[in-house]
Amino acid sequence: MKALKNFFEKTKPYVQKGAKYHWLHSTHDAFFTLAFVQKDTSKSGTHIHDYIDLKRTMGIVVFALVPALLMGMYNIGYQHFGALGQLETAAFFDLFLFGFLKVLPVILVSYIVGLGIEFIFAQFRGHEVNEGFLVSGILIPMVMPINTPLWMIGVATAFAVVFGKEVFGGTGMNIWNPALVARAFLFFAYPAQMSGDSVWISASGIEKMADGFTGATPMAQAVLGETNLNVWDAFVGLIPGSIGETSTLAILIGAAILIITGIGNWKIMLSTVLGGLFMGILLNIFAVNAYMEMPFWEHLIIGGFAFGAVFMATDPVSGAQTDKGKWIYGFLIGVLAILIRVVNPAYPEGMMLAILLMNTFAPLIDHYIIQGNIKRRLKRVQQSA
Amino acid sequence: MSDKEPLFSKKNLKLLSDPLDSSNPITVQVLGICSALAVTAQLKPSVVMSLSVMAVLAFANVIISLLRNTIPNRIRIIVQLVVIAALVILVDQVLKAFVYDVSKQLSVFVGLIITNCIIMGRLEAFALGNKPWPSFLDGIGNAAGYGAILVIVGFFRELFGSGTLWGFRIIPESWYIENGGFYANNGMMILPPMALITVGAIIWVQRSRNRKLIED
Repeated sequence: MKALKNFFEKTKPYVQKGAKYHWLHSTHDAFFTLAFVQKDTSKSGTHIHDYIDLKRTMGIVVFALVPALLMGMYNIGYQHFGALGQLETAAFFDLFLFGFLKVLPVILVSYIVGLGIEFIFAQFRGHEVNEGFLVSGILIPMVMPINTPLWMIGVATAFAVVFGKEVFGGTGMNIWNPALVARAFLFFAYPAQMSGDSVWISASGIEKMADGFTGATPMAQAVLGETNLNVWDAFVGLIPGSIGETSTLAILIGAAILIITGIGNWKIMLSTVLGGLFMGILLNIFAVNAYMEMPFWEHLIIGGFAFGAVFMATDPVSGAQTDKGKWIYGFLIGVLAILIRVVNPAYPEGMMLAILLMNTFAPLIDHYIIQGNIKRRLKRVQQSA
Repeated sequence: MSDKEPLFSKKNLKLLSDPLDSSNPITVQVLGICSALAVTAQLKPSVVMSLSVMAVLAFANVIISLLRNTIPNRIRIIVQLVVIAALVILVDQVLKAFVYDVSKQLSVFVGLIITNCIIMGRLEAFALGNKPWPSFLDGIGNAAGYGAILVIVGFFRELFGSGTLWGFRIIPESWYIENGGFYANNGMMILPPMALITVGAIIWVQRSRNRKLIED
């Protein structure tokens, strides 16, 4: 630690204004504040600072994502060896290591491309490196199918960072969740690699799948009317799906971390779940096909619903800001996600589209909540006057 | 104006060059976006569309400019429409006769040149108040500015969306995943939203080059 600090102290003069490597100063700042808390205080105005700055906030979110990521790695191995029909002979560590080696390159590509673009933009515009990508960089791999080619991940990440974030002015200015922009881009640009039955299971070296084994996600099967879901497997996360979204259990652990530390907003999570349940019950009542008859609570444990509700919808930048707005915003995400999922067979997963749509409407919701507040208070003032 | 002004005086050349950059009809005035999104999925229709608009705009400008002192002010819009519609029908017939396949591809969008805001805009803003020759140059310049954007967008959309240019294969077949390679066409490039994003990127590049265009 000491050596690291000394290194930053020593290199500081080189990046000060007028020095030779001044153009690298934002890079220097970025790494320094990542390792240590900034000691600078403001020279004027307010002097009270929260110790938790953006980097610490992001750190906690990444920490909360770790259980889901580890479970996802294990599940990739589980699905792979399951498809081979060798599940009995493979040891726990084999499964995990296989998944780990599969996921690691995806994470590396996402971070290298994304942070690379962030650093270039920061140097170019002469401001600090935005921390926002720390979370996006881990979210992007977690919402991708494992078989997505690495170059596609790179292209999608670049698209998400440039057109999802930088064109709006960088971290804190984006309208949509960048990780979902990356996924939506891939979903529309390369549909063959993002949906179907063959993309969810790492099939390298598999000539023929074991008997009775299918690579279809529970949602793809539900569309076909096969709704005999193994609830325990779906809850723990041993089902085909995107890398980090399968395990509801691990996501709940992440949700607990976010809520206890106060980083994630429980109102959005709860209202999203309520919205999903509401729509699920409604579909149960008017059921005309097998998918609609599927028990309403099973929607919560399949697909990306839990992951989206906990990690995507709660994004403080693209979500609603007002308290009342958060309830409306979350509830509508839940309703739309299940509606798209069940009623529109062209899009097997509605969570991504539902969140992106509500991201777009979040400022509108906030606007009307605030206008309503202003009106109410004005009335109160006029009555008392 | 002195009657001895050279055909390509500085002022007239400006009429040609301005619409290419600082007063581009698409990226600066944001006119004619609709057709720019609709026909640019491939390079060939983009080029044909640009040429069609150029023919219509240049001659409509000249005709309206010749008639400008005789058109009653109250019915000028209908007169302009008649001129444009007649020219568009001519262009449509020519396309059908000589490049039938492209004419099929462009389908309704040739007819919709009538409603292209650029043409109406130039007639109203320029041809009604200027002599035929400058009007002609203005028409060519604006259509070229429009066409330049169409061709750039069409280039990127066809290259990344279909792997071809002008119908010729650029990205080798053997690169594709179906043939054991690694590459796949970007399906989003074929969709109109990506055309809008491409136009947005062009606007971004143009404004960071030409700082005068940035409004506060």
